[in-house]
Amino acid sequence: MTAVIETRGLTRSYRGQAALEDVTLDIEQGVITGLLGRNGAGKTTLMSLITAQDRPSSGIVRVNGTEPFEHAEAIEQMCFVRDNQRYPDDYKLKHAIRAAAIFYPNWSQPLADRLVELFRIPTKPIIKKFSRGQLSALGIVLGLASRSPITFFDEPYLGLDATARHIFYDELLADYAEHPRTIILSTHLIDEMDRLLERVIVLDRGRVLRHADVEELRGGAYQLAGRATAVDGFASGRTVLSRRAIGALATVVVEGRLTAEDRAAAAEAGLDVATVSLQELVAAYGLGDSLGGDTGTDTGSGTREPVDRDMHSERSGS
Amino acid sequence: MFDDSRPIFMQLADRIADDILRGTYAEEEQVPSTNELAAYLRINPATAGKALNRLVDAGILYKRRGIGMFVSGGAKALIEGERQQGFVQHYIAPLLAEAKNLGLDTADIIRLIEQAEAAPTPAARPDREPAS
Repeated sequence: MTAVIETRGLTRSYRGQAALEDVTLDIEQGVITGLLGRNGAGKTTLMSLITAQDRPSSGIVRVNGTEPFEHAEAIEQMCFVRDNQRYPDDYKLKHAIRAAAIFYPNWSQPLADRLVELFRIPTKPIIKKFSRGQLSALGIVLGLASRSPITFFDEPYLGLDATARHIFYDELLADYAEHPRTIILSTHLIDEMDRLLERVIVLDRGRVLRHADVEELRGGAYQLAGRATAVDGFASGRTVLSRRAIGALATVVVEGRLTAEDRAAAAEAGLDVATVSLQELVAAYGLGDSLGGDTGTDTGSGTREPVDRDMHSERSGS
Repeated sequence: MFDDSRPIFMQLADRIADDILRGTYAEEEQVPSTNELAAYLRINPATAGKALNRLVDAGILYKRRGIGMFVSGGAKALIEGERQQGFVQHYIAPLLAEAKNLGLDTADIIRLIEQAEAAPTPAARPDREPAS
């Protein structure tokens, strides 16, 4: 796999506040990558920097080997659909479509026409009067019909009803299958969208917590519940991502996979073991350092799977 | 359709194997392509491809260049053999563990199995892997 996007020590600060800190990533060509993390984790900042809509405070972005800022040929390769995309005041649907058709070299008018129809985007009103869902649908039309070699969607589902979201997922997969390309999308609807993804990047407070195959993360953590003393005894020496307690009972989310012996030991200790969805895992990561205590340190005791084939996504020490 | 216990490509591979066992796909019959599976199940094509490749590696499917994937001759016997090995791990071992909790010995278990066989109660088909 070749990296189409490389970032090295990418940092962006706003008034001394780091929105993105020391982000080093290789994003592979032709892969659908999900950008996950809490609000303010740095997802939009990262996409803005890669698409040269913003400049880093320090560090490097390379797209196909060149720094995109003020390099038209690199920028032309990318389409970034912002969640709050602005259009000129007097623009109607046809104006936005016409402008996109001129701007994007791989534009597909038949696909755009079909999607406008499927999403039932109105042709008469100016875009300024669009509802949240109609605005999102327009963004999806532009993003998919651009057929850009690298396409970014920033929370593309905002305001869309369930039917429209499924149209988006179906059309994305169908067009991607026919025209494979690099797609990066940020989402909070992880339960709904994780199956569309091949890779995920988990950001928290401007840093990369994980960059891995979605399939490696699925089942890459488990939940333990039972008597607090037994739970903590079992969890000691493992990477605990979150912990909740009530009275003498506790529930923890632990990173890693259970071996058959682990399962037997947990059963022996009277602990209930449950699976953790990717959404729950990302939510647990988002709790970050709020955990405190000594159970959260990664002792490298071998309980963790070698989750990453890129090296750069080791969790920053907690 | 899929759960969070294991990677989806593994679950999908098992489902296709289930379909072969049930005769949904006969031996030497073509199975859906990566893109067809991806579109139908709304999953990433790479995930669907991994599931098919897993079955190719296991000798259950084989590739015909430029045409697609087909069910191997003898695939059914192969899957049955594998499943029988898994039967101990997925069914017998949890059964024994629970029996121990309940203070049942092997003779009790056999008696219960014989009773259940004589008067079957409609039971939900357990997941192939214990949910816990």
